[in-house]
Amino acid sequence: MISRIVAIALAALALVPFALPSQSLVSLAFLAVVAALLGTGWNIAGGFGGLTSFGHAIFFGVGAYATALLQARHGLSPWLGLPVGAMLGGLIGWLIGVAAFRAGLRGSYFALVTLAFAEAFRVIANSLDYTGGGLGILIPLRPGLSSFQFADRRTSYALALALLAVALAVSAWLRRSRFGARLAAVRESEDAARALGIEPLHVKAAALALSGAITATGGVLYTQTYLYIDPTIAFGPERSVEMLLVAMVGGAGTVLGPLLGALVLQGITEGSRALSTTPGVAPMLYGLVLLAVVGLLPGGIVRLLRGRAA
Amino acid sequence: MTLEIVAAALVGGLLTGGVYALVALGLTLIYGVLHIVNFAHGSLLMVAMFAAWLLFARFHIDPYASLPLVTLVMFAFGWVLYRFVIARISRGEDRAILLATLGIAVVLDNAALVLFTGDVRTAETAWSFAMVEAGPLLLPAAKLVSFGVALALGCALWLLMTATDTGRAIRAVAHEPEGARLVGIRPARTFALAYGIGTGCLGAAACLLLPSFYVSPQIGHVFVLVAFTIVVLGGMGSFPGAVVGALLLGVVESLGGLLLGESLGPIGVSLSFIAVLLLRPQGLFGARA
Amino acid sequence: MITRRNSLAAAGTAALALPGVLRAQPATVKIGLVHPVTGALGEGGGRCRLGGQAAIADINAAGGIRSMGGARLDALLGDAQGRPEVAASLVEQMAEQGAAAFTGAYSSGLGLAATQAAARTGIPFSIDSGIADSLTGRGLANVFRFFPANATFTNDAMTALEAINKAAGSPAKTATLVHEDSEFGTSTAKLLAAKLPPIGIEVKSIIPHATPTRDFTNVALRIKSEKPDLVMMTNYPGEYTLLARTLVQQRVELAGLYSVSGGGFNLKFAKEQPQVAEGMMDFNHWYNPKDPRAPAFRKRIEDAGGVFSWEVLFGYFAIRLLADAMERAGSADKEKLTAALASSTFSDHFMPYGPTKFEGGQNQGAHASAQQIQRGDVAVIWPDRFADAKPAFPRPKG
Repeated sequence: MISRIVAIALAALALVPFALPSQSLVSLAFLAVVAALLGTGWNIAGGFGGLTSFGHAIFFGVGAYATALLQARHGLSPWLGLPVGAMLGGLIGWLIGVAAFRAGLRGSYFALVTLAFAEAFRVIANSLDYTGGGLGILIPLRPGLSSFQFADRRTSYALALALLAVALAVSAWLRRSRFGARLAAVRESEDAARALGIEPLHVKAAALALSGAITATGGVLYTQTYLYIDPTIAFGPERSVEMLLVAMVGGAGTVLGPLLGALVLQGITEGSRALSTTPGVAPMLYGLVLLAVVGLLPGGIVRLLRGRAA
Repeated sequence: MTLEIVAAALVGGLLTGGVYALVALGLTLIYGVLHIVNFAHGSLLMVAMFAAWLLFARFHIDPYASLPLVTLVMFAFGWVLYRFVIARISRGEDRAILLATLGIAVVLDNAALVLFTGDVRTAETAWSFAMVEAGPLLLPAAKLVSFGVALALGCALWLLMTATDTGRAIRAVAHEPEGARLVGIRPARTFALAYGIGTGCLGAAACLLLPSFYVSPQIGHVFVLVAFTIVVLGGMGSFPGAVVGALLLGVVESLGGLLLGESLGPIGVSLSFIAVLLLRPQGLFGARA
Repeated sequence: MITRRNSLAAAGTAALALPGVLRAQPATVKIGLVHPVTGALGEGGGRCRLGGQAAIADINAAGGIRSMGGARLDALLGDAQGRPEVAASLVEQMAEQGAAAFTGAYSSGLGLAATQAAARTGIPFSIDSGIADSLTGRGLANVFRFFPANATFTNDAMTALEAINKAAGSPAKTATLVHEDSEFGTSTAKLLAAKLPPIGIEVKSIIPHATPTRDFTNVALRIKSEKPDLVMMTNYPGEYTLLARTLVQQRVELAGLYSVSGGGFNLKFAKEQPQVAEGMMDFNHWYNPKDPRAPAFRKRIEDAGGVFSWEVLFGYFAIRLLADAMERAGSADKEKLTAALASSTFSDHFMPYGPTKFEGGQNQGAHASAQQIQRGDVAVIWPDRFADAKPAFPRPKG
């Protein structure tokens, strides 16, 4: 019940940037929504699936580069970036999932292999001429609907909200669907699941694929908004850690967790920045607050909504 | 590409592997045995290197001479960090431990930035340029020392874990905390001890790295992925495995750089890691889980 | 009795008095400084910010912007953290906080995002560091770069090398290029590779490397086997220092080292590693050593405990350019300021530049210089009119 109230409150909050004239507020809201989108994507595999991943930047980067390459190398409409990016993200998620789970990887092993894959993608993107190598890809500035660039940030924000809504809907669907139940069963005990006739490999790989597809849409949105992508921005470990943090601090395995996590972490970042401009102080405060939040709210911020009982 | 260059790449790879082993041995204990994904490993190495650098820059103590002190200080630091920060915050829960080490890494990295600024600093000691001639090859003396110490440290840790009560206690606690408690071993204290030993190893590594490297708040990140790769490659928790794995990886990286170029070369590390995880997750010397 | 004439007179007197009230409190003009000061790019970004803050302090100490009634400059500081989205967000926030102009953003990637965000608001942006030609090549009317762009920079690097080589009897006929493999190194190396053959230097090979690279033995050995006359590097401080040291360790014999945008070439390197640094040449940004204000500025930065480097210079003059334009415009209004920048002839500086003239936002008069570490200090060796030492080239053998 409290979750529903919070959800409605958040929805109302989401509309505020439309009402106010401030561009920077829209910009900050946009960042928060993209972070929430990426965190929700992570959460599908990492939270609902119990498949903690340290390399989710793979999917973000694939989406980001897909839309960049479609425009820059093939002269195609950037709007294709969304479906193409999502499909590629899903496909790569499936492939990595099958490879990793067939080898029996789980827990930290799985997490580390995703990290290694992300790093491999980064090095490859850095070395190929096709992806622009270290120079990355710069999208020419051409505001207009057909070039998927918006002069008003509010339009980007609206689109981000739409994508987030889809991601949240998928998360909610996971909670009550058959597939979600199978995923939960596999997460709790693979042996028991197998006894029930569920094939863990397929279920987990499917979850990773779904996660990958959603995360990739975040990447597409990023490229179309900031118009520049390079291997580190796309596949760097910082990107992966961010997604992980948002979901885990917010509450992995819940629908609203990543969204709350994104808001709180963004708030901490902006707040600490306001306190000091000496290089390093703000991130240090962020780290300290992070430690405090993790210590005081095991299980994530979302637990606040439900009381201490899990 | 002459035979000489290939030979040099091989030997160079082995020596670099020695350096990697130093960093990975501590992680072998922390991640390999305790299964703590220590996101703070790189940052702790950086702290140790700054400590060694400070002793050199302010008090003119050669890093090789300050090694015992730095090791002890880092041991204490790691012990305190685990006992009073990580354990308190996480209450033993895996996910929370991960987030805690992540938070610590952020705090340490930026504290270093505040205290020392982002400047790259070096410590030129008598060992920085000393070269040893081995046939047609010129080998950096500092790297030979690291190599030797890595082997020695690997042996020492292996002995510690297999032949001492402390080592047995650590292994027991990692394997079966409840059972360990039943026989009187205190898990929290033991974990802290193990984490401290792992961090102490980083202290030694730092002193050996400093003459041939540089220090900046970012320096730890340079070694992290490699360290994790080695721990898994060696076989989680196996110290001889970590040393062998490190040497192997050093050679792979060196030959990879030679064949693929220094830009694509680093993919050798990621690909090796992926290959090990997919084909032989127990690593070279580990037992099948 | 208040008659209409009286009240009008009273109003008139009051109106005359008002500017006096205003004049007693000079306005502040806010300038947004957007740089990465944490993370991997924090070292260089921090120095750009330092330079910018020094400039603001100097301008305020000299009475502020006189044509605006002594208006003082106020710095809005932002940490871009190495992420373009943060840089863009900072620009937007600062715009709303009333920033009249921006400077930044150390790296080209950050600069692209920041200048674009500023373009939406029409607020002028004075680029400090970031040599990508695309920064001023996108047709954004509010973007100005006082410092050289990549194309001019590398052209000049070649002219300088040709002159230095010729003066020594052309001992350098071959070169190996080593560069870090991201945007910074790759774009520079590409340009160099095209421009070396025309000045009579054959490129033996181009060796890209990752940032970070932990060991350069292979690269050094490869260079040793190729036996080029010159090694030309473009990379960041850590790798620059490591490679330079490894070349010495492996006893690679060269006529000289000529880096182009060598990241580690600075006074600290010269002082801390004399064995390695002596004789190394770098084509990079530096001040005009013949202007006494330059060494004085350097001393001031060092005395305050900072490391003096070109990033500090750039951060400094990016602001000075803005202040100069504000003086001429008599206003911080964005349109007037943009127009004043476009027609700027800013000359009150100690950079080794020709007359300031902006075309498409790029200062045509901006040039870098060739420097060499001689006796633990940085000397300018080209162009002649700014040089304070002769090049020591080629290296004595053995």
